[in-house]
Amino acid sequence: MPMPSFDAIVIGGGTNGLACAARLQKSGRRVLVLESGAEPGGAALGREFAPGYRAPGLAHLVTTIDARVEREMDLGRHGLSYAGLSLPSTLVAPDGDHLLLEGEAGERVAGLSEAERLAWSELRGQLMRFAGVLAPFKEMTPPRIAAGAGNEYMKLGKLGFGIRRLGKDDFREFLRMLLINVYDVLNDDLTDPRLKGILAHDAVLGTWLGPRSPNSLIHLLNRLAGQVAGRRAAVALPKGGMGAVASAMAKAAEAQGVTIRTGARVAAILVEDDRAVGVTLADGEELRAKTVVSAINPKTTFLSLVGPRHLDTGFVNRVRAMKSRGGAAKLHLALKGAPDFRGADLRTRLVLAPSETAVELSFNAVKYGEVPERPVMEVILPSAHEGGHAPDGHHILSAIVQFAPHAPKAGPDVARQEMLARSLAVLEDHAPGLRALVEHAELLMPYDIEARYGMVGGNWHHGELSVEQMLFLRPFAGTSQYATPLSDLWLAGAGCHPGGGISGAAGWNAAERIIRGTGR
Amino acid sequence: MKAEKPMQPDPRQHYLTPLRQTTFHPRTAAANRLNSWGPWGGYTTVLEYDDLAMEHSAIRNAATVYDLCPMVKYRVRGPEAAAYLNRLTVRNAAKLPVGAVHYTIWCDDAGHIIDDGTLFRLGEADFRICCQERHLPWLLDSAFGFEVSVAEETEEIAALSLQGPCSFAVLKAAGFDVAALKPFRMATFGFDGGELMISRTGFTGDLGYELWIAPDHALALWDCLFEAGAPWGLRPIGTQALDLARTEAGFIITNLDFVPAHQAVREDRVRSPFEMSLDWMIDWNKGHFTGRRALLAERERGSRWAFVGLDIDGNVSAEHAIVYHDRKREVGQITAACWSPTLKRNIALAHLERPYHAGKSDNLWVEVYAMRELQYVKLMLRAKVCDRPFFNPDRRRATPPGPF
Ligand SMILES: Cc1cc2nc3c(=O)[nH]c(=O)nc-3n(C[C@H](O)[C@H](O)[C@H](O)COP(=O)(O)OP(=O)(O)OC[C@H]3O[C@@H](n4cnc5c(N)ncnc54)[C@H](O)[C@@H]3O)c2cc1C
Repeated sequence: MPMPSFDAIVIGGGTNGLACAARLQKSGRRVLVLESGAEPGGAALGREFAPGYRAPGLAHLVTTIDARVEREMDLGRHGLSYAGLSLPSTLVAPDGDHLLLEGEAGERVAGLSEAERLAWSELRGQLMRFAGVLAPFKEMTPPRIAAGAGNEYMKLGKLGFGIRRLGKDDFREFLRMLLINVYDVLNDDLTDPRLKGILAHDAVLGTWLGPRSPNSLIHLLNRLAGQVAGRRAAVALPKGGMGAVASAMAKAAEAQGVTIRTGARVAAILVEDDRAVGVTLADGEELRAKTVVSAINPKTTFLSLVGPRHLDTGFVNRVRAMKSRGGAAKLHLALKGAPDFRGADLRTRLVLAPSETAVELSFNAVKYGEVPERPVMEVILPSAHEGGHAPDGHHILSAIVQFAPHAPKAGPDVARQEMLARSLAVLEDHAPGLRALVEHAELLMPYDIEARYGMVGGNWHHGELSVEQMLFLRPFAGTSQYATPLSDLWLAGAGCHPGGGISGAAGWNAAERIIRGTGR
Repeated sequence: MKAEKPMQPDPRQHYLTPLRQTTFHPRTAAANRLNSWGPWGGYTTVLEYDDLAMEHSAIRNAATVYDLCPMVKYRVRGPEAAAYLNRLTVRNAAKLPVGAVHYTIWCDDAGHIIDDGTLFRLGEADFRICCQERHLPWLLDSAFGFEVSVAEETEEIAALSLQGPCSFAVLKAAGFDVAALKPFRMATFGFDGGELMISRTGFTGDLGYELWIAPDHALALWDCLFEAGAPWGLRPIGTQALDLARTEAGFIITNLDFVPAHQAVREDRVRSPFEMSLDWMIDWNKGHFTGRRALLAERERGSRWAFVGLDIDGNVSAEHAIVYHDRKREVGQITAACWSPTLKRNIALAHLERPYHAGKSDNLWVEVYAMRELQYVKLMLRAKVCDRPFFNPDRRRATPPGPF
């Protein structure tokens, strides 16, 4: 049966690939998405990890969905709704003296001293203002510093205006703080180790930075700049689990007319006459289209799908040097009863990070390829919100555990065991008796994540989202704005601006850029 | 014949001798009557043995030996060696037959020249690159994704350049029959219990050969050549005589006629193949090579510089002079120049801003400051763009070579 012909092929049916495909299809192109997995959705996809237990794959919370994606893909109509948009967070203290953060970005915090409450309210206001300045950058092609770079000057002008509106004092503070480390900022203004712990934790979630590493504050701002359904600094839990985002996006793309082929692993990008003309699948099938978009990892795209021989040596050097260390492990526990985190509400986001120093110490270990003594973590119990995730009365616990070495000295298996044992020990300390409830445990180390999800180094963003790999330096210096050295080959995954997360922003931006044309 | 090893200093005391000695040092030092030395690639090498004019004259009228050991050599081996070299260099290495040599260049991503050199195909999957500067990191980076190994072997091979109209006769007298050897081909011979490789290549624009041998047999080779070559007045030459000859031949030298892309500090010093008149060797149809996209764009857009030969009035050499249009406007500079003893012409190699190399080349002047008894005399000399090579005799190509 001959395949119908397509104008564009999108490699990878993760949320970015789906968003990109939907936007391209909307522009009148016929789009084919090729997804290696059995279902589209990438890291947003849920999965039965033990009989009767459905775990979120990697991502377990939505902290930002691109507003254009939400609106124009009409995700609500395709089945996406939320159990909550601003899930409260509990900083779980081992002694039961928890902090409860509610509202947008911890607007209200129960358990703080009066002085600390005021200090936090002040700092929070400032962080939210700064995040507001950065937010619009996510929804555009990053500007380049070069003549004739095809920048979106109208949009940039507006952003400039937004920054000016900060006022002189705030603007000076903005510049002072933009590249600073979060540890210093927290210690300048706050004293409560629990509050500093959760903020430090959230700042370095998904990065390869400790709170004391330079530039760590910008990640907190990036997180606060997120939105879901119009809610700023959202922490949203989709109804039906994270898989609901994946399936809503896939349905929306298909409703738009996009063809999604699953079980189709792209083995190579076909290059003829220095242009991308199609792809070859792992089984040898060849598919051609005028435009090829890679919504998978940029390193993999260049080094394995395109291959060095179609690229310049200096370029290949930059691809290889792109930093992509992952420090987050994913823990799934099937529990035969509800754990008790000393009274903490199981429907909140539970953060186990006793202090900013504890977060830093857990990062120290991975710098040397070791497993931290006391990892920190973010815990979600989807089964506490609704049925369908675990057998009745049972629970599924999903945790992002930091930091896990991406290249452990002890070897992958020993490190995994060690990480699991230490994670369980930390959990047991915070929720005595938890260990006895465990029926199944699964821990994905960064290298497991790489093998299963194709994220090089297991990195959350498909390439570290560090200052030197942001904006026009993303994925790496000399390559940005979704373009590649090969004509008709574009990038659209999280490795591009504005980075990772279940958001679709990179994919949507890429599609807009492709529609605008090369215009270089 | 037992080979004498040159004295190499204690490695821990390398700082005492910043320059190393080549394999031929015992012979070159003995012959260096002027004790005139200069550094080349980390080695001390002879600039002038006894008389520059006689050394140059021997290149054009007899036979000469030049110590080529400091030339940097890389060995490229593996099933994908040809594919690797095609991606590295601008020329088509796959078309180079086994036993042949070609001149080539390689560029960075921006299409700026990193270096030039000669590529020897020793076997189907076995090549040697000879060049002026060191490039191992770049060569290894370029090997990523190719089934190929790259290693430096500068120290493992001693090399001599035997050049001049009588070089064929000298080789014959030494027992090596290279009558059938065409330019840019090589042949191997047994010698001193080892293997001698002779390629018909050189840097003088004359009949000549380059001889490649393991260091253990190097001094024996030197002695054998000088014994056999005595009737032809075989003599060693230093770098200065070679430089005269190469200028006459119109050949360029890295870091003298262009700054390698990886070393240039100033943005405008780098040069593309178009700007060095080397674009003829680019194979646009062989597939991708590093710099290809940038060079295609340059071909569309046009280049800023051109590289030309100049014929200058008078007999005062114009080294490093600035070139003017209409005596006023600076349009370029000279990188190599000499009063050619062979041609009796005042010649130079120069970078000229386009279009002063062609369309507007009719009113060019060269500003020369001639040192005359502690005072500069400023000269404005008329210059004309002319064909390169300046000197290109038939004997260079004749096979078998003529009996001189
Ligand atoms: C431990 C961990 C926890 C995380 N938690 C969260 C979270 O809670 N919230 C959040 O927002 N983000 C989270 N992230 C980040 C988020 O998962 C990613 O940033 C996001 O998935 C990137 O989306 P994407 O579409 O660019 O890539 P992916 O989701 O990785 O999708 C890529 C798709 O391409 C497919 N593919 C790969 N190779 C091929 C090929 N050769 N041919 C065809 N198809 C191919 C894959 O199967 C996959 O479906 C987490 C990341 C990690 C590592």
